[in-house]
Amino acid sequence: MRHLEVAYGGIKAVKGIDLSVPKGELVCLIGTNGAGKTTTLKAIAGMLPVAADAVLYDGAPIGGLRAFQLVRRGLALVPEGRGVFGQLTVAENLAMGAYVRSDAAAVKLDMERVFNLFPRLAERRGQSAGTLSGGEQQMLAIGRALMSRPKLLLLDEPSMGLAPLMVQKIFETIRAVAREGVTILLVEQNARLALEASSRGYVMETGLITLSGPARELLSDSKVRAAYLGETD
Amino acid sequence: MDIFLQQIINGLTLGSVYAIVALGYTMVYGIIQLINFAHGELVMLGAMVAFTVIGALAGTALPPVLIVIAGVVAAVPVCMLVGYTMERIAYRPLRNAPRLAPLITAIGISIILQHLALLIWGRSPLAFPQIIPLVSYTIGGAIITGVQIAIIAISLLMMGGLTLIVYHTKLGIAMRATSQNPQVAGLMGIDIDRIISFTFIVGAALAAVAGVMVGTYYGIAHYTMGSLLGMKAFSAAVLGGIGNLAGAMLGGILLGIVEALGAGYIGSLTNNVFGSNYQDVFAFLVLIGVLVFRPSGLLGERVGDRA
Repeated sequence: MRHLEVAYGGIKAVKGIDLSVPKGELVCLIGTNGAGKTTTLKAIAGMLPVAADAVLYDGAPIGGLRAFQLVRRGLALVPEGRGVFGQLTVAENLAMGAYVRSDAAAVKLDMERVFNLFPRLAERRGQSAGTLSGGEQQMLAIGRALMSRPKLLLLDEPSMGLAPLMVQKIFETIRAVAREGVTILLVEQNARLALEASSRGYVMETGLITLSGPARELLSDSKVRAAYLGETD
Repeated sequence: MDIFLQQIINGLTLGSVYAIVALGYTMVYGIIQLINFAHGELVMLGAMVAFTVIGALAGTALPPVLIVIAGVVAAVPVCMLVGYTMERIAYRPLRNAPRLAPLITAIGISIILQHLALLIWGRSPLAFPQIIPLVSYTIGGAIITGVQIAIIAISLLMMGGLTLIVYHTKLGIAMRATSQNPQVAGLMGIDIDRIISFTFIVGAALAAVAGVMVGTYYGIAHYTMGSLLGMKAFSAAVLGGIGNLAGAMLGGILLGIVEALGAGYIGSLTNNVFGSNYQDVFAFLVLIGVLVFRPSGLLGERVGDRA
């Protein structure tokens, strides 16, 4: 995958944006509530109807495909609010993450890898996911997405509603996943954490990309500092 | 003869049939929140198709058990096809419509299927040919027939099989995932349209077998038999907690027993003012009672659990 481009104008929430995530990189999309970040992710993941050529993945147009078809192509979205299956056990949730895979033995190994990554989940593997804490549910949602062995991982607000310690743990995991070569597009309100973890960043405002560049540059950009990092010079 | 034990046996028999039919209601409700009022007609279709085949084979030298099995083998795929088709052409286009629209459509499908059956098989009931020798056993002063034993055993087997599928196979887990959150299920790579089709097909297969069982039990099949049976099974599903598999099974069996006991004792309790012909009232008394006192049913899920 060289370029992922989203450029569509059909949806009001996102008024025609261009965005690309180079293979193997961690790119973040930051902005305030209602800027259209989640809509963008949903459009990429096939949850919203967009023009076929609006999204290119691995050079191929995927805009017309639906979510369940994209999973087979290596795309996984961790939705906002985690979306774990509350009445399924932790292990069943993870098994659903591997729904499209038929290599049972490797799936089993991957489940053990997720349990190694998040020992808390291992302890609770037989428990229904609805009984987990918010942080544990976020771990589960990320672990579940990894179970499909994604090439491109889309993360929607993974830090939302979590205690600071848990946020740190989640971001450590995200970095670790990125180091393994998984391409990541991260949507976050916590701009500092997101930019610090990313190689590139995009800033979104009311449906438009207003700023983009290497994450390091954005971190020192005065406008970004004032608007999203809560700093004044 | 022990009336109590006898009515328990009769209740268990009918109750297992209710349970099998109730499973169809509850599975569909669990996955698309639709009360498929046409589900009872699938039971009727199953009975009619099976009776046609059984009637045609009755004169041959085949053993009775094989003849009945042939009837089931014919009825199941027909009902599966009808169940699949009704979802495909009637409910799927209404997936995102207000909930009243598919509900009314379901009633419409029910009427269409009934009248199709009327056109095909006519107004008079089909009779079950006398091919099965009447075998009965006496236990504790009550009589249980071979047919009753077969109905209870087959029902239990199907309930066990379904539980196994839903709780221990990937497809079953995907069904439960889809019923909890179809959008996120899509993100797992689950084609929810296929899961919904599968749910209808399984429910229809159960309904077909239930139709053969209830037809064999009463000895007749008729184009209107699906409505009352369907309503009772629906009541059973509500009694157990609609959307809940174990609830449908429990509700069905309980409803059968309540009904049988009611029919057995209402005469002596009311000095014969009401007779056992009031049997059908009990299912709906139970339904009203549940709706008033425990709308979520015996094993109903609290709405807050939905992820």
